[in-house]
Amino acid sequence: MILHKWLTVFGRYVILMGRTFSIPERMRMFWKQYVKEMAQLGVNSIGIVLLISFFIGAVICIQMKVNIESPWMPRWVAGYTTREIMLLEFSSSIMCLILAGKVGSNIASELGTMRVTQQIDALDIMGVNSACYLILPKILGLLTIMPFLVIFSSAMGIVGAYFTAYGMRIITPDDLTLGLQHTFIPWFMWMSIIKSLFFAFIISSVPAYCGYTVEGGSVEVGKASTDAVVTSSVLILFSDVFLTQLLS
Amino acid sequence: MIEVKHLHKSFADKEVLKDINTVFEDGKTNLIIGQSGSGKTVLMKNLVGLLEPTSGQVLYDGRDFVAMSKQEKVHMRREMGMIFQSAALFDSLSVLENVMFPLDMFSDMTLRDRQRRAMECLDRVNLNGAESKFPGEISGGMQKRVAIARAIVMNPKYLFCDEPNSGLDPKTSLVIDDLLHGITREYNTTTIINTHDMNSVMGIGENIIFIYEGCKEWQGVSADIMHSPNQRLTDFIFASNLQKKMRQAVIANGITI
Repeated sequence: MILHKWLTVFGRYVILMGRTFSIPERMRMFWKQYVKEMAQLGVNSIGIVLLISFFIGAVICIQMKVNIESPWMPRWVAGYTTREIMLLEFSSSIMCLILAGKVGSNIASELGTMRVTQQIDALDIMGVNSACYLILPKILGLLTIMPFLVIFSSAMGIVGAYFTAYGMRIITPDDLTLGLQHTFIPWFMWMSIIKSLFFAFIISSVPAYCGYTVEGGSVEVGKASTDAVVTSSVLILFSDVFLTQLLS
Repeated sequence: MIEVKHLHKSFADKEVLKDINTVFEDGKTNLIIGQSGSGKTVLMKNLVGLLEPTSGQVLYDGRDFVAMSKQEKVHMRREMGMIFQSAALFDSLSVLENVMFPLDMFSDMTLRDRQRRAMECLDRVNLNGAESKFPGEISGGMQKRVAIARAIVMNPKYLFCDEPNSGLDPKTSLVIDDLLHGITREYNTTTIINTHDMNSVMGIGENIIFIYEGCKEWQGVSADIMHSPNQRLTDFIFASNLQKKMRQAVIANGITI
Protein backbone atom coordinates (compact mmCIF):
# COMPACT_ATOMS: atom_id res chain seq x y z
CA MET A 1 0.00 0.00 0.00
CA ILE A 2 2.77 2.43 0.99
CA LEU A 3 4.78 1.36 -2.07
CA HIS A 4 1.74 2.02 -4.26
CA LYS A 5 1.34 5.47 -2.71
CA TRP A 6 5.01 6.29 -3.21
CA LEU A 7 4.92 5.11 -6.82
CA THR A 8 1.80 7.20 -7.46
CA VAL A 9 3.46 10.30 -6.00
CA PHE A 10 6.63 9.64 -8.00
CA GLY A 11 4.60 9.16 -11.19
CA ARG A 12 2.77 12.45 -10.62
CA TYR A 13 6.08 14.18 -9.91
CA VAL A 14 7.51 12.88 -13.20
CA ILE A 15 4.40 14.01 -15.11
CA LEU A 16 4.64 17.47 -13.51
CA MET A 17 8.31 17.70 -14.44
CA GLY A 18 7.36 16.68 -17.99
CA ARG A 19 4.96 19.63 -18.14
CA THR A 20 7.54 21.90 -16.49
CA PHE A 21 10.37 21.16 -18.92
CA SER A 22 8.65 22.38 -22.05
CA ILE A 23 9.34 25.39 -24.22
CA PRO A 24 7.92 28.54 -22.58
CA GLU A 25 5.04 30.16 -24.47
CA ARG A 26 6.64 33.60 -24.34
CA MET A 27 10.40 33.87 -23.83
CA ARG A 28 10.09 37.51 -22.74
CA MET A 29 7.91 36.47 -19.80
CA PHE A 30 10.15 33.50 -19.04
CA TRP A 31 13.30 35.67 -18.76
CA LYS A 32 11.45 38.11 -16.54
CA GLN A 33 10.43 35.29 -14.19
CA TYR A 34 13.87 33.67 -14.39
CA VAL A 35 15.68 36.82 -13.28
CA LYS A 36 13.08 37.41 -10.55
CA GLU A 37 13.50 33.87 -9.20
CA MET A 38 17.31 34.09 -9.27
CA ALA A 39 17.03 37.18 -7.11
CA GLN A 40 14.33 35.82 -4.83
CA LEU A 41 15.68 32.31 -4.30
CA GLY A 42 19.41 32.82 -4.79
CA VAL A 43 20.54 36.38 -4.19
CA ASN A 44 18.27 36.74 -1.16
CA SER A 45 19.90 33.63 0.32
CA ILE A 46 23.46 34.98 0.10
CA GLY A 47 23.20 36.68 3.51
CA ILE A 48 22.22 33.57 5.44
CA VAL A 49 24.77 31.44 3.54
CA LEU A 50 27.60 33.86 4.36
CA LEU A 51 26.56 34.20 7.99
CA ILE A 52 26.31 30.46 8.65
CA SER A 53 29.44 29.63 6.65
CA PHE A 54 31.49 32.19 8.57
CA PHE A 55 30.57 30.76 11.97
CA ILE A 56 30.80 27.12 10.89
CA GLY A 57 34.25 27.78 9.39
CA ALA A 58 35.34 29.38 12.66
CA VAL A 59 33.85 26.63 14.84
CA ILE A 60 35.36 23.79 12.78
CA CYS A 61 38.76 25.43 13.03
CA ILE A 62 38.46 25.80 16.83
CA GLN A 63 37.20 22.22 17.27
CA MET A 64 39.99 20.78 15.14
CA LYS A 65 42.65 22.78 16.93
CA VAL A 66 41.36 21.93 20.40
CA ASN A 67 40.48 18.25 19.85
CA ILE A 68 42.97 16.97 17.29
CA GLU A 69 46.07 18.81 18.45
CA SER A 70 48.76 16.40 19.57
CA PRO A 71 52.56 16.24 19.35
CA TRP A 72 52.13 13.57 16.66
CA MET A 73 50.05 15.83 14.41
CA PRO A 74 51.42 18.64 12.26
CA ARG A 75 50.33 22.12 13.38
CA TRP A 76 48.62 22.83 10.03
CA VAL A 77 46.11 19.95 10.43
CA ALA A 78 43.36 22.27 11.79
CA GLY A 79 43.49 24.44 8.63
CA TYR A 80 43.65 21.39 6.38
CA THR A 81 40.60 19.68 7.93
CA THR A 82 38.63 22.95 8.00
CA ARG A 83 39.18 23.34 4.26
CA GLU A 84 38.27 19.75 3.49
CA ILE A 85 35.10 19.78 5.60
CA MET A 86 33.95 23.12 4.19
CA LEU A 87 34.68 22.12 0.61
CA LEU A 88 33.54 18.51 0.60
CA GLU A 89 30.46 18.55 2.81
CA PHE A 90 29.43 21.84 4.36
CA SER A 91 29.34 24.17 1.35
CA SER A 92 27.46 21.68 -0.80
CA SER A 93 25.42 19.29 1.35
CA ILE A 94 24.84 21.02 4.69
CA MET A 95 24.37 24.41 3.08
CA CYS A 96 21.77 22.85 0.74
CA LEU A 97 20.01 21.30 3.74
CA ILE A 98 19.76 24.78 5.23
CA LEU A 99 18.51 26.16 1.91
CA ALA A 100 15.95 23.36 1.71
CA GLY A 101 14.38 24.92 4.79
CA LYS A 102 14.49 28.49 3.54
CA VAL A 103 13.96 28.12 -0.21
CA GLY A 104 11.90 24.91 -0.10
CA SER A 105 9.27 26.23 2.28
CA ASN A 106 9.17 29.49 0.31
CA ILE A 107 8.47 27.67 -2.98
CA ALA A 108 5.91 25.25 -1.50
CA SER A 109 3.96 27.94 0.34
CA GLU A 110 4.00 30.33 -2.62
CA LEU A 111 2.71 27.75 -5.10
CA GLY A 112 0.34 26.24 -2.53
CA THR A 113 -1.23 29.62 -1.85
CA MET A 114 -1.50 30.26 -5.58
CA ARG A 115 -3.27 26.90 -5.93
CA VAL A 116 -5.81 27.42 -3.13
CA THR A 117 -6.57 31.00 -4.21
CA GLN A 118 -7.22 29.71 -7.77
CA GLN A 119 -4.36 31.73 -9.31
CA ILE A 120 -3.01 28.55 -10.94
CA ASP A 121 -6.50 27.73 -12.25
CA ALA A 122 -6.62 31.26 -13.68
CA LEU A 123 -3.37 30.61 -15.58
CA ASP A 124 -4.70 27.27 -16.88
CA ILE A 125 -7.96 28.85 -18.05
CA MET A 126 -5.99 31.47 -19.98
CA GLY A 127 -4.24 28.64 -21.81
CA VAL A 128 -0.89 29.18 -20.06
CA ASN A 129 1.18 26.11 -19.16
CA SER A 130 1.16 27.00 -15.46
CA ALA A 131 3.79 24.40 -14.52
CA CYS A 132 6.24 25.73 -17.08
CA TYR A 133 5.49 29.38 -16.29
CA LEU A 134 5.77 29.01 -12.50
CA ILE A 135 8.17 26.12 -11.84
CA LEU A 136 10.74 26.18 -14.66
CA PRO A 137 12.13 29.64 -13.75
CA LYS A 138 12.46 28.53 -10.12
CA ILE A 139 14.42 25.38 -11.02
CA LEU A 140 16.67 27.07 -13.57
CA GLY A 141 17.11 30.16 -11.39
CA LEU A 142 18.32 28.11 -8.41
CA LEU A 143 20.51 25.89 -10.61
CA THR A 144 22.17 29.03 -12.00
CA ILE A 145 22.83 30.68 -8.67
CA MET A 146 23.77 27.58 -6.65
CA PRO A 147 27.45 27.29 -7.80
CA PHE A 148 27.99 30.88 -6.71
CA LEU A 149 26.48 30.14 -3.31
CA VAL A 150 28.83 27.15 -2.92
CA ILE A 151 31.87 29.26 -3.79
CA PHE A 152 30.77 32.08 -1.48
CA SER A 153 30.14 29.57 1.32
CA SER A 154 33.59 27.94 0.99
CA ALA A 155 35.30 31.32 0.86
CA MET A 156 33.37 32.62 3.88
CA GLY A 157 34.17 29.46 5.86
CA ILE A 158 37.85 30.18 5.30
CA VAL A 159 37.32 33.80 6.37
CA GLY A 160 35.72 32.40 9.54
CA ALA A 161 38.77 30.20 10.09
CA TYR A 162 41.08 33.22 9.69
CA PHE A 163 38.94 35.05 12.24
CA THR A 164 39.95 32.40 14.82
CA ALA A 165 43.56 32.98 13.87
CA TYR A 166 43.66 36.78 13.83
CA GLY A 167 40.79 37.61 16.19
CA MET A 168 40.97 34.80 18.75
CA ARG A 169 44.60 33.66 18.47
CA ILE A 170 43.49 29.98 18.44
CA ILE A 171 45.92 29.11 15.65
CA THR A 172 48.70 31.07 14.01
CA PRO A 173 47.83 32.53 10.60
CA ASP A 174 50.89 30.85 9.09
CA ASP A 175 49.81 27.38 10.30
CA LEU A 176 46.29 28.01 9.07
CA THR A 177 47.49 29.17 5.65
CA LEU A 178 49.80 26.18 5.38
CA GLY A 179 46.93 23.81 6.24
CA LEU A 180 44.53 25.48 3.80
CA GLN A 181 47.04 25.14 0.98
CA HIS A 182 48.20 21.61 1.83
CA THR A 183 47.57 19.04 -0.97
CA PHE A 184 44.71 21.01 -2.46
CA ILE A 185 42.84 18.96 -5.08
CA PRO A 186 40.88 21.26 -7.46
CA TRP A 187 38.50 18.39 -8.32
CA PHE A 188 37.02 18.68 -4.82
CA MET A 189 35.75 22.14 -5.71
CA TRP A 190 34.10 20.77 -8.86
CA MET A 191 32.71 17.85 -6.87
CA SER A 192 31.15 20.27 -4.44
CA ILE A 193 29.57 22.27 -7.28
CA ILE A 194 28.28 19.15 -9.09
CA LYS A 195 26.70 17.85 -5.89
CA SER A 196 25.11 21.22 -5.19
CA LEU A 197 23.52 21.25 -8.66
CA PHE A 198 21.76 17.95 -7.93
CA PHE A 199 20.66 19.30 -4.57
CA ALA A 200 19.47 22.55 -6.15
CA PHE A 201 17.22 20.52 -8.45
CA ILE A 202 15.81 18.64 -5.43
CA ILE A 203 15.33 21.84 -3.40
CA SER A 204 13.39 23.53 -6.20
CA SER A 205 11.46 20.70 -7.86
CA VAL A 206 10.25 18.71 -4.81
CA PRO A 207 8.76 21.72 -2.97
CA ALA A 208 7.30 22.91 -6.29
CA TYR A 209 5.51 19.55 -6.60
CA CYS A 210 4.31 19.72 -2.98
CA GLY A 211 2.96 23.26 -3.44
CA TYR A 212 1.55 22.86 -6.93
CA THR A 213 -0.52 19.80 -6.00
CA VAL A 214 -2.05 21.17 -2.78
CA GLU A 215 -5.77 20.58 -2.35
CA GLY A 216 -7.72 22.36 0.38
CA GLY A 217 -6.90 25.49 2.33
CA SER A 218 -4.31 27.11 4.55
CA VAL A 219 -3.82 24.02 6.73
CA GLU A 220 -2.91 21.96 3.65
CA VAL A 221 -0.55 24.71 2.45
CA GLY A 222 1.24 24.57 5.81
CA LYS A 223 1.41 20.78 5.61
CA ALA A 224 2.75 20.95 2.05
CA SER A 225 5.43 23.38 3.19
CA THR A 226 6.53 21.02 5.99
CA ASP A 227 6.40 17.98 3.67
CA ALA A 228 8.48 19.87 1.12
CA VAL A 229 11.26 20.63 3.62
CA VAL A 230 11.28 17.12 5.14
CA THR A 231 11.17 15.30 1.77
CA SER A 232 13.82 17.43 0.12
CA SER A 233 16.09 17.16 3.19
CA VAL A 234 15.80 13.36 3.21
CA LEU A 235 16.40 13.21 -0.54
CA ILE A 236 19.48 15.44 -0.20
CA LEU A 237 20.92 13.15 2.48
CA PHE A 238 20.22 10.00 0.45
CA SER A 239 21.60 11.39 -2.78
CA ASP A 240 24.63 12.79 -0.93
CA VAL A 241 25.70 9.25 -0.08
CA PHE A 242 25.43 8.08 -3.69
CA LEU A 243 26.94 11.22 -5.20
CA THR A 244 29.89 11.19 -2.80
CA GLN A 245 30.57 7.55 -3.65
CA LEU A 246 30.16 8.24 -7.37
CA LEU A 247 32.31 11.36 -7.53
CA SER A 248 35.09 10.44 -5.06
CA MET B 1 -23.15 29.28 -28.24
CA ILE B 2 -22.24 26.54 -25.79
CA GLU B 3 -24.23 23.34 -25.90
CA VAL B 4 -24.06 20.70 -23.17
CA LYS B 5 -25.21 17.19 -24.10
CA HIS B 6 -25.80 14.32 -21.69
CA LEU B 7 -23.13 15.53 -19.30
CA HIS B 8 -22.36 13.25 -16.37
CA LYS B 9 -19.69 13.78 -13.74
CA SER B 10 -18.86 11.40 -10.92
CA PHE B 11 -16.27 11.49 -8.14
CA ALA B 12 -15.54 7.90 -7.09
CA ASP B 13 -19.05 6.45 -6.47
CA LYS B 14 -20.80 9.80 -6.12
CA GLU B 15 -22.55 11.12 -9.22
CA VAL B 16 -22.47 14.92 -8.96
CA LEU B 17 -23.92 15.83 -12.37
CA LYS B 18 -26.65 13.68 -13.91
CA ASP B 19 -27.45 13.93 -17.60
CA ILE B 20 -27.26 17.71 -18.00
CA ASN B 21 -28.58 18.96 -21.34
CA THR B 22 -28.69 22.68 -21.97
CA VAL B 23 -27.74 25.53 -24.26
CA PHE B 24 -25.97 28.77 -23.25
CA GLU B 25 -26.83 31.42 -25.78
CA ASP B 26 -24.65 34.08 -27.45
CA GLY B 27 -24.97 37.67 -26.33
CA LYS B 28 -26.99 36.67 -23.29
CA THR B 29 -26.35 36.55 -19.59
CA ASN B 30 -26.78 32.85 -18.78
CA LEU B 31 -27.15 32.08 -15.09
CA ILE B 32 -26.58 28.76 -13.33
CA ILE B 33 -28.35 28.77 -9.99
CA GLY B 34 -28.83 26.17 -7.27
CA GLN B 35 -28.17 25.38 -3.64
CA SER B 36 -24.66 24.92 -2.30
CA GLY B 37 -23.47 21.44 -3.24
CA SER B 38 -25.96 21.08 -6.08
CA GLY B 39 -23.17 20.85 -8.69
CA LYS B 40 -23.03 24.39 -10.16
CA THR B 41 -19.29 24.84 -9.75
CA VAL B 42 -18.61 21.30 -10.99
CA LEU B 43 -20.69 22.09 -14.08
CA MET B 44 -18.72 25.27 -14.71
CA LYS B 45 -15.39 23.49 -14.18
CA ASN B 46 -16.50 20.89 -16.74
CA LEU B 47 -17.39 23.66 -19.19
CA VAL B 48 -13.97 25.34 -18.94
CA GLY B 49 -12.01 22.09 -18.84
CA LEU B 50 -10.74 22.28 -15.25
CA LEU B 51 -12.53 18.93 -14.79
CA GLU B 52 -13.10 16.16 -17.34
CA PRO B 53 -16.71 14.95 -17.63
CA THR B 54 -17.32 11.26 -16.93
CA SER B 55 -19.40 11.21 -20.12
CA GLY B 56 -21.14 13.67 -22.40
CA GLN B 57 -20.22 16.55 -24.67
CA VAL B 58 -19.50 20.26 -24.27
CA LEU B 59 -19.85 21.91 -27.68
CA TYR B 60 -18.41 25.37 -28.31
CA ASP B 61 -20.09 26.53 -31.53
CA GLY B 62 -20.37 22.87 -32.53
CA ARG B 63 -16.77 21.92 -31.56
CA ASP B 64 -16.57 19.27 -28.83
CA PHE B 65 -14.25 20.66 -26.16
CA VAL B 66 -13.97 17.31 -24.34
CA ALA B 67 -12.68 15.53 -27.44
CA MET B 68 -10.19 18.27 -28.40
CA SER B 69 -6.43 17.64 -28.28
CA LYS B 70 -4.33 19.40 -25.65
CA GLN B 71 -3.13 21.93 -28.23
CA GLU B 72 -6.67 22.63 -29.48
CA LYS B 73 -7.80 23.17 -25.89
CA VAL B 74 -5.00 25.68 -25.34
CA HIS B 75 -6.16 27.65 -28.41
CA MET B 76 -9.79 27.34 -27.35
CA ARG B 77 -8.98 28.70 -23.90
CA ARG B 78 -7.66 31.89 -25.44
CA GLU B 79 -11.26 32.61 -26.43
CA MET B 80 -12.38 32.26 -22.81
CA GLY B 81 -12.29 34.70 -19.93
CA MET B 82 -12.99 33.66 -16.39
CA ILE B 83 -13.75 35.54 -13.20
CA PHE B 84 -13.17 33.42 -10.13
CA GLN B 85 -15.02 33.58 -6.84
CA SER B 86 -11.84 34.80 -5.13
CA ALA B 87 -10.90 37.07 -8.10
CA ALA B 88 -7.64 35.04 -8.36
CA LEU B 89 -5.48 38.06 -9.11
CA PHE B 90 -1.72 37.52 -9.15
CA ASP B 91 -0.47 38.91 -5.83
CA SER B 92 2.98 39.80 -7.09
CA LEU B 93 1.68 41.90 -9.99
CA SER B 94 0.13 45.37 -9.91
CA VAL B 95 -3.42 45.96 -11.10
CA LEU B 96 -2.17 47.10 -14.52
CA GLU B 97 0.20 44.13 -14.83
CA ASN B 98 -2.62 41.75 -13.88
CA VAL B 99 -4.82 43.13 -16.65
CA MET B 100 -1.93 43.16 -19.12
CA PHE B 101 -0.93 39.58 -18.30
CA PRO B 102 -2.96 37.78 -21.03
CA LEU B 103 -1.69 40.33 -23.58
CA ASP B 104 1.90 39.84 -22.39
CA MET B 105 1.52 36.09 -22.83
CA PHE B 106 -0.38 35.83 -26.08
CA SER B 107 -0.33 39.05 -28.10
CA ASP B 108 2.34 40.52 -30.31
CA MET B 109 1.31 44.07 -29.47
CA THR B 110 3.94 46.61 -28.46
CA LEU B 111 4.29 47.49 -24.78
CA ARG B 112 2.57 50.84 -25.39
CA ASP B 113 -0.38 49.17 -27.13
CA ARG B 114 -0.68 46.55 -24.41
CA GLN B 115 -0.71 49.24 -21.74
CA ARG B 116 -3.27 51.25 -23.70
CA ARG B 117 -5.56 48.24 -24.09
CA ALA B 118 -5.25 47.36 -20.38
CA MET B 119 -6.03 50.97 -19.43
CA GLU B 120 -9.12 50.85 -21.71
CA CYS B 121 -10.35 47.78 -19.84
CA LEU B 122 -9.65 49.35 -16.45
CA ASP B 123 -11.53 52.41 -17.65
CA ARG B 124 -14.44 50.16 -18.69
CA VAL B 125 -14.71 48.81 -15.14
CA ASN B 126 -14.29 52.31 -13.63
CA LEU B 127 -10.89 51.66 -12.10
CA ASN B 128 -8.92 54.65 -13.32
CA GLY B 129 -6.16 55.58 -10.94
CA ALA B 130 -5.79 52.12 -9.39
CA GLU B 131 -3.39 50.73 -11.99
CA SER B 132 -0.26 50.95 -9.85
CA LYS B 133 -1.85 49.41 -6.75
CA PHE B 134 -1.39 45.75 -5.79
CA PRO B 135 -4.30 43.32 -5.22
CA GLY B 136 -3.69 43.38 -1.45
CA GLU B 137 -4.19 47.16 -1.41
CA ILE B 138 -7.66 47.27 -2.97
CA SER B 139 -11.13 46.26 -1.77
CA GLY B 140 -12.94 43.02 -2.66
CA GLY B 141 -15.25 44.84 -5.09
CA MET B 142 -12.29 46.47 -6.82
CA GLN B 143 -10.54 43.11 -7.05
CA LYS B 144 -13.60 41.67 -8.79
CA ARG B 145 -13.58 44.58 -11.23
CA VAL B 146 -9.87 44.03 -11.94
CA ALA B 147 -10.69 40.35 -12.56
CA ILE B 148 -13.41 41.43 -15.02
CA ALA B 149 -10.95 43.76 -16.78
CA ARG B 150 -8.41 40.91 -17.03
CA ALA B 151 -11.07 38.54 -18.35
CA ILE B 152 -12.18 40.89 -21.15
CA VAL B 153 -8.78 42.24 -22.19
CA MET B 154 -8.42 39.62 -24.96
CA ASN B 155 -12.00 40.17 -26.25
CA PRO B 156 -13.19 36.70 -25.25
CA LYS B 157 -16.09 34.94 -26.96
CA TYR B 158 -17.03 33.14 -23.77
CA LEU B 159 -17.07 34.70 -20.33
CA PHE B 160 -17.38 32.54 -17.20
CA CYS B 161 -18.03 33.97 -13.76
CA ASP B 162 -18.00 31.82 -10.64
CA GLU B 163 -20.07 33.56 -7.99
CA PRO B 164 -18.88 37.07 -8.87
CA ASN B 165 -20.94 38.66 -6.09
CA SER B 166 -19.87 36.45 -3.20
CA GLY B 167 -18.59 38.49 -0.27
CA LEU B 168 -19.79 41.79 -1.71
CA ASP B 169 -22.40 44.17 -0.32
CA PRO B 170 -25.70 44.49 -2.27
CA LYS B 171 -24.78 47.83 -3.83
CA THR B 172 -21.39 46.62 -5.08
CA SER B 173 -23.07 43.43 -6.30
CA LEU B 174 -25.39 45.52 -8.46
CA VAL B 175 -22.38 47.37 -9.91
CA ILE B 176 -20.75 44.02 -10.81
CA ASP B 177 -24.02 42.71 -12.29
CA ASP B 178 -24.46 45.83 -14.42
CA LEU B 179 -20.86 45.56 -15.60
CA LEU B 180 -21.20 41.91 -16.59
CA HIS B 181 -24.52 42.53 -18.32
CA GLY B 182 -23.15 45.57 -20.15
CA ILE B 183 -20.01 43.73 -21.24
CA THR B 184 -22.09 40.80 -22.51
CA ARG B 185 -24.05 43.16 -24.74
CA GLU B 186 -21.04 45.19 -25.81
CA TYR B 187 -18.76 42.25 -26.69
CA ASN B 188 -21.59 39.85 -27.65
CA THR B 189 -20.05 37.21 -25.40
CA THR B 190 -21.65 34.00 -24.21
CA THR B 191 -21.62 34.85 -20.52
CA ILE B 192 -22.22 32.15 -17.93
CA ILE B 193 -22.57 33.16 -14.30
CA ASN B 194 -22.75 30.85 -11.31
CA THR B 195 -24.65 32.64 -8.61
CA HIS B 196 -26.59 32.48 -5.37
CA ASP B 197 -27.55 36.12 -5.57
CA MET B 198 -31.31 36.51 -6.14
CA ASN B 199 -30.85 40.15 -7.18
CA SER B 200 -28.69 38.91 -10.05
CA VAL B 201 -31.26 36.26 -10.97
CA MET B 202 -34.11 38.74 -11.17
CA GLY B 203 -32.00 41.59 -12.54
CA ILE B 204 -29.79 40.20 -15.30
CA GLY B 205 -30.89 36.58 -15.82
CA GLU B 206 -31.76 36.19 -19.50
CA ASN B 207 -31.37 32.42 -19.53
CA ILE B 208 -31.50 30.73 -16.13
CA ILE B 209 -30.66 27.10 -15.42
CA PHE B 210 -31.67 25.76 -12.01
CA ILE B 211 -29.63 22.77 -10.86
CA TYR B 212 -31.07 20.57 -8.13
CA GLU B 213 -29.04 17.67 -6.73
CA GLY B 214 -26.99 17.40 -9.93
CA CYS B 215 -29.95 17.48 -12.32
CA LYS B 216 -31.25 20.31 -14.45
CA GLU B 217 -34.52 21.05 -12.70
CA TRP B 218 -35.70 24.10 -14.60
CA GLN B 219 -34.66 26.47 -17.39
CA GLY B 220 -36.21 29.77 -18.34
CA VAL B 221 -36.06 33.56 -18.04
CA SER B 222 -36.34 35.67 -14.89
CA ALA B 223 -39.85 36.86 -15.77
CA ASP B 224 -41.14 33.27 -15.58
CA ILE B 225 -39.76 32.57 -12.11
CA MET B 226 -42.43 34.54 -10.25
CA HIS B 227 -45.24 32.43 -11.67
CA SER B 228 -43.37 29.14 -11.97
CA PRO B 229 -45.24 26.14 -10.57
CA ASN B 230 -41.90 24.42 -9.81
CA GLN B 231 -41.93 24.22 -6.00
CA ARG B 232 -38.20 23.48 -5.67
CA LEU B 233 -37.35 26.54 -7.75
CA THR B 234 -39.66 28.91 -5.88
CA ASP B 235 -38.54 27.51 -2.51
CA PHE B 236 -34.94 28.22 -3.52
CA ILE B 237 -35.50 31.69 -5.01
CA PHE B 238 -37.97 32.94 -2.43
CA ALA B 239 -36.35 31.33 0.59
CA SER B 240 -37.06 33.96 3.26
CA ASN B 241 -40.49 34.84 4.66
CA LEU B 242 -40.17 38.37 3.33
CA GLN B 243 -39.50 37.12 -0.20
CA LYS B 244 -42.40 34.62 0.02
CA LYS B 245 -44.79 37.38 1.09
CA MET B 246 -43.53 39.67 -1.66
CA ARG B 247 -44.12 36.94 -4.23
CA GLN B 248 -47.64 36.31 -2.94
CA ALA B 249 -48.35 40.04 -3.09
CA VAL B 250 -47.01 40.28 -6.65
CA ILE B 251 -49.14 37.33 -7.81
CA ALA B 252 -52.24 38.54 -5.92
CA ASN B 253 -52.02 42.02 -7.41
CA GLY B 254 -51.12 40.83 -10.90
CA ILE B 255 -47.90 42.84 -10.96
CA THR B 256 -45.50 42.07 -13.83
CA ILE B 257 -41.76 42.28 -13.12
